[in-house]
Amino acid sequence: MAPSDQDLLARVRDGDEAAFETLVERYHRPMLAVARAYVRGTAVAEEVVQDAWLGVLRGLDRFEERSSLKTWILRIVANTAMTRGAREARTVPFSALSTGDDEPAVDPDRFRGPEDPYPGHWLPGAAPSDWAQLPEDVLGARETFAVVTAAVSELPEAQRTVIALRDIHGYSSDEVCDALDVTAGNQRVLLHRARSHVRQALERHLDG
Amino acid sequence: MARDPDCNEIVEVVTAYLEGALGRRDRKAFERHVKKCGGCANYLEQIRITIETVGRVNEDDLPQDVRDNLVAAFRDWRAS
Repeated sequence: MAPSDQDLLARVRDGDEAAFETLVERYHRPMLAVARAYVRGTAVAEEVVQDAWLGVLRGLDRFEERSSLKTWILRIVANTAMTRGAREARTVPFSALSTGDDEPAVDPDRFRGPEDPYPGHWLPGAAPSDWAQLPEDVLGARETFAVVTAAVSELPEAQRTVIALRDIHGYSSDEVCDALDVTAGNQRVLLHRARSHVRQALERHLDG
Repeated sequence: MARDPDCNEIVEVVTAYLEGALGRRDRKAFERHVKKCGGCANYLEQIRITIETVGRVNEDDLPQDVRDNLVAAFRDWRAS
């Protein structure tokens, strides 16, 4: 079984290198996802995460476990990224980032118009198809994952960070709100836009 | 949300529904709609499948030089 964060923390404080490597394995990618919301470019985000790890090590003795280790580490990355961004005038606080355009979840042309007896309902032939009927190997195919990866990577920064933390790294909505200092409502809007966009990309691929 | 939401409203509150963020009345209205609307039932299923598929995307292994740099930083910290 994977060691708990508390366990790892105690071992890292005792100088256990293997425990530190496990911590890196666990948090490096989520940290990168956070950093990418604040700074432009993967290379700069990587540097921010490196700096943040130094901050984590320096702060270990002072960390009092009032927040979870996870939240604490992600706040360090966010702060490191904001400092870095402010210095280079290349970033804005996450809360000021736009939630993205107002693109609807589904193309409005797929719904019946206002003059129809059933306005707002799916037009015949335009309703979503039943993906549960798809052969299993289609959903699990390499091309399907490539479509999803591309759709996630083309999202605006804030949306990409939220969907990565929630749906790739399995963070809860509370954890994401704490780490990024956004409201639950904003977090939900970002997640909604991100998932809707990825669904559309999948639909184009699967129903093509 | 309207007492009897239309399909174009359902697709915009699906995340709120899955997040448990709808009030009791809206949640019931959502569920009533999806029960009788095949298109929206499929839509909800598509979103669930989307979430699962995103969760199964394999991320690259961490590059060895990144690990090496961090381990070196850890050894420095330990020695200090």
